Amino acid sequence: MTQRTLTARPGRVQGRDRASAAQRRRRGGRLRTSVLIGWLFVAPALLVYAFFVLRPLVMTIQYSLYKWNGIGRSTWVGLDNYAQVFTDPDLFRSILNAFELIVFFSAVPVLLGLVIAATIRRIAASRLAMVGRTVLFLPQVIPLVAAGIAWSWLLSSTGVVNQVLRAIGLGGITRAWLGDFSTALPSVGVIGAWVLLGLCTLLLLAGMSKIDSSLYEAARLDGAGPVREFFAITVPSLRQELGVCDTVTVIAALASFDVIYISTQGGPGNATMVPGLEIYYLAFSEREVGLASALAVVLMILVLICVTPIQWLTKEDTK
Amino acid sequence: MTDQVHGRLDRARLARLAATVIAATVVAAGCSAPGSNEAQEPGAGASTPTAATCGTSPVTLRGYFETGFPLAKALTTEFTKQHANVTWDIREDQFAVITQNAPRVLADDPPDLMRLPQVSELVKDDLLKNLDGYASGFGWDKWPASQLEQLRLGPGGRPRGEGSLYAMGLNFSMTGVFYNKKLAAQLGITAPPATLADLDGMLAKAKQAGITPIVQFNGGATGGLAFPLQDLMASYGPPGPINDWIFQKPDATIDTPANLQATKHLETWIKAGYFASDANATDYAKMMGRFIAGDALFMFNGDWESGNLDKQMPGNAGFFLMPPAQAGGKEAAMSAPLTYGIAARAKHADCAAFFLNWVATDAQARKITVEVGGSHPMGPADASMPTVKPGSVTAETLGAGAKVAANNSAMDFIANATGAIYAKSWTPQLQKLFAGQQSPDALLKSVQSDYTRQVGS
Repeated sequence: MTQRTLTARPGRVQGRDRASAAQRRRRGGRLRTSVLIGWLFVAPALLVYAFFVLRPLVMTIQYSLYKWNGIGRSTWVGLDNYAQVFTDPDLFRSILNAFELIVFFSAVPVLLGLVIAATIRRIAASRLAMVGRTVLFLPQVIPLVAAGIAWSWLLSSTGVVNQVLRAIGLGGITRAWLGDFSTALPSVGVIGAWVLLGLCTLLLLAGMSKIDSSLYEAARLDGAGPVREFFAITVPSLRQELGVCDTVTVIAALASFDVIYISTQGGPGNATMVPGLEIYYLAFSEREVGLASALAVVLMILVLICVTPIQWLTKEDTK
Repeated sequence: MTDQVHGRLDRARLARLAATVIAATVVAAGCSAPGSNEAQEPGAGASTPTAATCGTSPVTLRGYFETGFPLAKALTTEFTKQHANVTWDIREDQFAVITQNAPRVLADDPPDLMRLPQVSELVKDDLLKNLDGYASGFGWDKWPASQLEQLRLGPGGRPRGEGSLYAMGLNFSMTGVFYNKKLAAQLGITAPPATLADLDGMLAKAKQAGITPIVQFNGGATGGLAFPLQDLMASYGPPGPINDWIFQKPDATIDTPANLQATKHLETWIKAGYFASDANATDYAKMMGRFIAGDALFMFNGDWESGNLDKQMPGNAGFFLMPPAQAGGKEAAMSAPLTYGIAARAKHADCAAFFLNWVATDAQARKITVEVGGSHPMGPADASMPTVKPGSVTAETLGAGAKVAANNSAMDFIANATGAIYAKSWTPQLQKLFAGQQSPDALLKSVQSDYTRQVGS
């Protein structure tokens, strides 16, 4: 019996092995087929992505190593273009301007958005909340070019802003806001803040609607007021939404182009020059395609350096 | 733990992606340098001497023109009326866009006829057709030489002013000072200034009367203070050295004693408050709107606006050439052909050349050039001149053009010296000068330094 068993066992084992090997092959075959089908589904998007995103990225890095006017023959210059980005005062200044814009494009919309979203949430049932949401979101549906033109009129020497200032007795501080060296960059920043405030408010409002109301009830039972509720419950619960807002707005500040191109074109005297605009001028006006590409690569790295910690800090804690 | 694993996976994936991009870059860099396989068909070879025609078969000429200036389209419409087999496929853009697009468009998708920005770099890259053959075929080389001087270039695009012909003008424009006749009469100004001191007096009088002396654009990427600056340069010194600088002649410099005097004079106007205070936020369209509305006494601009001003403020706009610093000196002006070129690889180059010749020689075309373009037509010295309404500002600018031709005192625009000198040097520097953040001496030195870097010597 034992022997039979013993003799039978290997046979059964071999049989099981053969069966499991066949199953494995079948499973492997199915797996390979499903993987293949998966790749087939992904392939069109991957090809488009590779052609329109990765290829230009690689080409930009390649161009950044050459001196090239975009038409004629190019000359290999290695990292010279990168050295120029950090040593040319005009180019470096444009990077500093972009960092200054973060205050307007990111800090103002996110902080103000938090306050406005919390206020709207408290009066959620009223018609005012709906009107507020709509008005704040309006800049998102207006093309940035149109916004830039409209703000150029508002901020001109005879524009509404100066008319209001004169009407309230502040005529002494009126000026052409976008043409004055000291106010041009903050004025462009205000336009950016206006554009991004609605987006941040809506994102944060959506995040607030997901917060469990029992948390607020518990806090109220413990005697917390609206301010305490805001800092103890609302803000910590919006970690991910704040991360998204910060990421989007910091990228908007560092890679800004359209609003500035329309409202000041980088002037007066390069006071509002930012890397996005500088890349455009270098490539198309100065025909320094290599230098423009190097600045573009530096800008991309700066964006990653700024955005990665935000992503890391605001990542959802799943532990 | 899961996070750590995911973190490691993410990092590994990121590292793989980075490695792939770097490897791809190295391979791309190693395989072929950018532009190396894009050698242009050379345009350096001159067209054969011929009085080309458009033939009788249907031809569609492709044009790339400047938007906002109706002259080119008006001419094409008349041309098709006279030559029914020729139709047009026209693309229009702002001049700044054309400037940025020109090399790429001429290389990738060459039109037959194109409004051109600064041409030296286009010739250097063999993107423009050499017109010497057409010039001898049509007899352009027998026209007054000064008309085509600015369109001639040496081998490789330098220097300008001599060598082969690479472009033609639809007319030649000229700048000076427009004034509002009603405001001038209010101030008791009855005659154009004879000297720079006279003009200074008029500016001071306007300022005292509470009238804005000068409305001038200087905002964005277009420093319009370059107009009065170059006029002042013409007052203080001869146009020759300025042309040498624009034409990229060896050792040319803009930083001369005469130009420093001119820049200092401009600074005194700025400090005296003769310009509208928001000039650094004023664009060209806003300047025109304000001048037409009667908001300022003077505007430094070109005769391409003459036809427009005759329509918009009939009888109320006048024009004079910038007066010399010393009494009896010659009046000079910025004057340049409205430049059009034929792409080196144009499909219908012969027909495009025939059109350019027609613009200069056909009576109806010359009439359109004056009435719509407001400027002097190109062409032979004895060509017919269309009659214009006496007393109109167009009549005044045409008269001023004749005076500049007689003085032989025309010069090109300082903004045309290189492709980037206007947007990246003159404009920011003039905006800084207006804001009191730049001195005249440092301004000229800075522009010269940028010029040397761009020109390469």
